[in-house]
Amino acid sequence: MLDSISLEEIKAGDREAFARLVDDTSGHIYRVALQILGDAQDAEDVLQETYLKAFNSLADFEGRSSLSTWLYRIAINEALMLVRKRKPQSISVDEGLADDDPNGEGMEIVNWCCLPEGELLSSEARRFLDQAIQNLPDSLRVVFVMRDLEGLSIQETSQALGLSESNVKTRLLRARLNLRQEVSVYFGGKMQEESRR
Amino acid sequence: MSEHSQQCQQLLGSLSDYIDGELQAELCAELEQHIQDCDNCRIVVNTLRKTIELYQQSNPPAELSGDVRERLFFKLHLEDFLK
Repeated sequence: MLDSISLEEIKAGDREAFARLVDDTSGHIYRVALQILGDAQDAEDVLQETYLKAFNSLADFEGRSSLSTWLYRIAINEALMLVRKRKPQSISVDEGLADDDPNGEGMEIVNWCCLPEGELLSSEARRFLDQAIQNLPDSLRVVFVMRDLEGLSIQETSQALGLSESNVKTRLLRARLNLRQEVSVYFGGKMQEESRR
Repeated sequence: MSEHSQQCQQLLGSLSDYIDGELQAELCAELEQHIQDCDNCRIVVNTLRKTIELYQQSNPPAELSGDVRERLFFKLHLEDFLK
């Protein structure tokens, strides 16, 4: 995204260039907000607030990261603020994590990869996937969303979240293993149901 | 701890780098040898890859619906550029 956008034009107050920036990036910003918040209205509020803040602070943007990474960062901060308002007990993206099952004991070992695609991506399975990602701690969910769903590199993800690269890698591994575990329990159960029939 | 389970632990710690193709060649070769011999680790690697793939396949497209875009443009006073 952003191939045709001139930062100089936007900083000079060119509204048409800003509109192009919004059109080129807003789909990604909305999707990230939706994945973090799990609610369409909240995601739309974050979307609007992100571009209002971006417009008002464009003069301060120094270009140390890309424009899109900067927008992601604003959106993530807005989304996490909203999460904290709703769930004051939730931890922030830069706080530590409990060391859950560091040895991999209790991992679900079921080879469900052979299930037909229609079952892996059924509407029920998609609802389960959505719920599993929402059940992740915020600090893990945002890393998974940025790296695996938005396709940012480790470096870009660390810039967007204000975390070190090693911290991003640690959280990414935990997020992925956590989701793999939940998804394996789910599809393992489906395979058992099938075998009983 | 047996040498085998130590290798399982090592795989677990390097799993993200491994599936992202960012693991050093020597370590990568060691882990691939281990995966060939260890059914459990092979299943963990394959189901982890598949889990990420399923999330990517079910990720909604990065597009705003027409009314969300319209409300955004009005909020930003960019309605002149709505097409």
